[in-house]
Amino acid sequence: MNLWNDPVHVIADWLGGLLGGLGMPPAVATVLLALLGIVILASALMVLDIFLVWVERKVVARFQDRLGPNRVGPYGLIQPFADIIKLIIKEDITPDGADKPVFNLAPLLSLMSVLILWAIIPLAPLVLGVDLNVSLLYLVAAGAIGTLSIIMAGWASNNKYALIGAYRQVAVLVSFEIPMITTLLIPTVLSGSMGLKAITESQGIWYVVLSPLGAFIFLTAAIAELGRTPFDMNEAESEIVAGFHIEYTGMKFGLFYAGELLHAFTFGGFLAILFFGGYRLFGLENLGPAVAAAILLAKAMIGYWVIMWIKYTLMRIRIDHMLTFNWKFLTPLAFTLLMVTALVNALLRDSGTGVYVAGMFFSNVLLGWIALEIARRHARSARDKHERTGPVLETVRRQA
Amino acid sequence: MTIAQIIFLIVAAGTLASAVIVVTTPNLVHAALWLVSTLFGVAVVFALLNAGFLAVVQVVVYIGAIAILFIFAVMLTRREQRDFGQQMNRFWWLGALVAVATFAGLAAMLQSWSGLSGAAAADLPIGFDSVGALGDALISPQAFVLPFEVASVLLLAALVGAVYVAFNRK
Repeated sequence: MNLWNDPVHVIADWLGGLLGGLGMPPAVATVLLALLGIVILASALMVLDIFLVWVERKVVARFQDRLGPNRVGPYGLIQPFADIIKLIIKEDITPDGADKPVFNLAPLLSLMSVLILWAIIPLAPLVLGVDLNVSLLYLVAAGAIGTLSIIMAGWASNNKYALIGAYRQVAVLVSFEIPMITTLLIPTVLSGSMGLKAITESQGIWYVVLSPLGAFIFLTAAIAELGRTPFDMNEAESEIVAGFHIEYTGMKFGLFYAGELLHAFTFGGFLAILFFGGYRLFGLENLGPAVAAAILLAKAMIGYWVIMWIKYTLMRIRIDHMLTFNWKFLTPLAFTLLMVTALVNALLRDSGTGVYVAGMFFSNVLLGWIALEIARRHARSARDKHERTGPVLETVRRQA
Repeated sequence: MTIAQIIFLIVAAGTLASAVIVVTTPNLVHAALWLVSTLFGVAVVFALLNAGFLAVVQVVVYIGAIAILFIFAVMLTRREQRDFGQQMNRFWWLGALVAVATFAGLAAMLQSWSGLSGAAAADLPIGFDSVGALGDALISPQAFVLPFEVASVLLLAALVGAVYVAFNRK
């Protein structure tokens, strides 16, 4: 055990020895060190968050053929700090009739639900908060707290748009949670564990190769849970202005915004851990924890970029289309995929690696093709029916 | 007193206090939110008992599904949910009696339980796979496969029933 290979434990031991030397009981020192670790991790993430604001603004600018922030500092890098100063000195408004404690608690919970996710993310083999054996359920539980914060914000604001935004978010989250949990079970089936470290360690072959469809469904459900375009029902600017955070000003809005960006980045990280090998990259991770953490963060950044790419390319889907898409396409597909994955895994596990990988990959491709074919036929028959009855009749019939 | 005991006392006090507020607050949404706080406290107690799986499931099921459904249903009712009437009716003594009797029954049962008087259970060995053990127990014929399957069939029936009720006949 040395500083290069296991920095966290070496520093913790050293600090623990130091505190013990000062006459502090070991139990108190342990708690103090744990608190210190939490504060350092959370602070590092908040600083990263400031950088993410710049990344997001630069990337959206490139997608929209603009330059983005480029005035303050080199490449506009100081711009987020100017934004923060602006947010802090803005007037903090609490709307009339708002439920004050709930109103103030909601932004905190929103950011917290994202920060607690990093407790289970293995940055390197020995640099991780806790190696929970139910990590994947923990991910879902944290998402539940995030939903709770949005409901609280929507209800406490005493604003109809905010309430509608909260309703929509619950509808979306309750439905997309199902394919999400189902696809979370695919890495579990493949690795035989629910711990993120074990899942990372077992990915000699990235799970995206074994289950490309699973990675796709996970990404879709993740974007829905993030509430980003094309699933941004909860804040749809053109329909309900800003949804649940319409009444928030200054730094309270800032917390929601920071939470959203960090959430997207975090899900990029989970995509990397579950399907793209986590901190592993052709043995480079053995060079040291710093390299491993850099690999994971780079992969998370690529995942984040994909989420941004989708956000700024696609338009918003209507809410009924979106729920239909989830319940009639994504959910059955996810369940079938889980069954097929478990079956193929059990049948081919003992045959050679080549056969196993090919079997897994092509069963996924075949399943995806069948699903698309069914969806295509269904869409065609719906379109034919629509042409026979005509758009006016269709509307009348639906209203009747 | 160890750190774990101090944390337990703080969490237990918080859980009990929020549980009391759930029934005393006049605002329905606040009651639901305090219920979330109570359920979260119970999850922390599970975590303190090394039952990580139960702790996480407690949050997923009770906070993520049930409490959110509560709040959703309450929000669908009138905006002003304050009930300005009396919070007690004339049968309050009956409710108190049932509560005291239940508490006495539970206390008497716990008195005869060996875990309360005997030495504390030994800590689980490091790396003990409690989730794996739970999974094995749930599908092992010597253990709980029958209750597990019965519960599964029951849930499936509920699911089919829900789909049938919601089904829109053409």
